[in-house]
Amino acid sequence: MSEARIRARAEDVARAAYGKLIAVLASRSGDIMAAEDALSEAFMAALRTWPVDGIPERPEAWLTTVAKNKRIDQARKDARLVVTDEVPDMADPATLTALPIDTGEALDERLKLLFVCAHPAIDAGIRTPLMLQTVLGLEADEIARAFLASPAAMAQRLVRAKRKIKAAGIPFNIPDASEYPDRMGSVLEAVYGAFAVDWLEGAGNLSHEAYFLATILAGLAPDDGEALGLAALIGFVEARRDARLKDGVLVPVPEQDTALWDQTLIDRSASLLSKAARLGGIGRFQLEAAIQAVHAARAVTGKTDWRALSKLYAGLLGKFPTIGAAVSRAAAVAEDAGPREALKLLARIDFPGLDLYQPAHAVRAHCLTHLGQNADAALAYSKAITLAKDAPSRRFLEKKLSDLRKKMS
Amino acid sequence: MRYTFLLYSNPADFADLTPEDWAKEKEVYGAYIGALQEAGVFVDTDWLHPADTATTITLKDGEKRVQDGPFAETKETLGGFFAIDVPDLDAALAWAEKCPAAQYGKIEIRASAMGDY
Repeated sequence: MSEARIRARAEDVARAAYGKLIAVLASRSGDIMAAEDALSEAFMAALRTWPVDGIPERPEAWLTTVAKNKRIDQARKDARLVVTDEVPDMADPATLTALPIDTGEALDERLKLLFVCAHPAIDAGIRTPLMLQTVLGLEADEIARAFLASPAAMAQRLVRAKRKIKAAGIPFNIPDASEYPDRMGSVLEAVYGAFAVDWLEGAGNLSHEAYFLATILAGLAPDDGEALGLAALIGFVEARRDARLKDGVLVPVPEQDTALWDQTLIDRSASLLSKAARLGGIGRFQLEAAIQAVHAARAVTGKTDWRALSKLYAGLLGKFPTIGAAVSRAAAVAEDAGPREALKLLARIDFPGLDLYQPAHAVRAHCLTHLGQNADAALAYSKAITLAKDAPSRRFLEKKLSDLRKKMS
Repeated sequence: MRYTFLLYSNPADFADLTPEDWAKEKEVYGAYIGALQEAGVFVDTDWLHPADTATTITLKDGEKRVQDGPFAETKETLGGFFAIDVPDLDAALAWAEKCPAAQYGKIEIRASAMGDY
C-alpha cells in the first residue's frame, strides 16, 4: 500500500473510532485533554510504523494500546521519575484481543462521556459542541461553522470545558434515571446535531454513529418520550439514505423512489414513535418524527398527506419555533392550500437571518414558479444557489433554475 | 476563638510561573503552615482550582439550580465555609444541596488543587 493510501486509511480509522478511543482513554482519568494528546501521538506513531509494518488487524486496539502507553509515559515524566524501562512504540499483538473496543464496555465509556458533557455544572451552551468534539470526533472548525461561531472562540470554550471537567472532578458514570430529565435533553440535542451535520455533508459515518447512539439512549431511557422520539426521527431519515441522492443531486423526500427506502427501519421507527406517544407529553423530536412518519406513509398510500404535514409543522412552530419549522411549514402549505398562501406565510416569518437562509429562497422560488412569476422565481433560485451549503442541494437548485430558464425562453 | 482566612489573589499574577516558581511558592507556604502548627493554632488549609472551574448551586426560590462558573457577586457575601472529602463533583453537589445555606443563598464549589502542582 502506498504511503498516501496508508495515511488515508489511518485517517479513516481515526475519524470512525475517535469518540470510542477518547471515551476509553479519558474515562479512568477524567482528563479528556490528556486523552486527546495521547491519541494524537498514537496516530503519529501509526503514520510512522504502518507504512513499514502494514496496517494491524485491529487498528483501533493498536491505537488504544499505544495511546495508553503514551499516557503512562507522560505520567512518569510528570512525576519526574527516571524512566528506565523504555515504553515501546509498538503495541504487543498478544494484548490486542483483550481490549474492550467493540464490546459493551467501550459503549458504556462513550455513554459516560456523553453524560459528562451534559453535566449541569457545564455551561449549557457548550454541552452540544463538547459532545460533538469528544464523543463524535468532529473538528473544532466544523463545530464552529455549525454553531455560527468563530473557530478560535469555539476552540477556547471547548478547552475551558474540558479543563473544568478534570479540575472540578465531574464523575464519568451513567447517572441514575432520576438525573435523566436534567441531562438527557442536551445529550439528545448533541446526537441530533451530529446526525444533521453529517447528513448534509453526506459522508455517512457520523450519521450512522448518531443513529446507533440514539437507539442506545432510547433503550437506556425507555420512559423518556423524547429519547424514543429522536431514535424514531433519525431512523425515518436514515431509512431514506439510498433514495436521497440521484447522480449527486438532492432528491426531495416527496419525489424519492419509495422502493429505495428501508422499510424495516421505517417500521421500527414507527413503533418507537407510537411507544413515545403512549407516554404522553409530546416534545420536539416526537413532532419531527411524526412529520417524517407522514412522509414515510407515502410508501403505502402512494401520496403525501400535505394537510397533515402543514398541521404538524404549525404545531411544531407553535411549541418549538425555529426558522426551519417556519419555512418547512410554508413549503407544506404550498402543496396543500396553494403557493399564494405559502408566499403570505413566508412574508410573515420574523426570524433573524431569514435572508441568509437558503430554504426560504428555495420555497419562495418554487411558489413563484407555480404562479408563473418566472423572472422573480429565477432571482429567488439564484439567491438560494449562492446560499447552498452542500453540493447536492446546490445541484438540485441549479437544475430547477435551468428548467425554469428553458420554460422562459 | 477560631478564625478563617480567605485568601484573595489575581490569577493573572500566577499565569507565568514556572514549575520551579511553584516549588518555591509551596516551600514558602509550607514554612507558614509549619509555623502555625508549631504555635498550636493550625486547623486546616487548602488551595483551590481557579474560579472558572467553579460550580454554583442554590435552592433559593425552591428549585435546585446548578450553574457552571463562580458565584457572581450580588448582595450576598461570604458567610462561612465547609471543606469535605468526597470522590467527585456529584457527591459534593449532593452534600451542598443539604447544606442549610443553599436554602437562602448560593454555594460555590471548587475542587482542591493541592497535590496538582
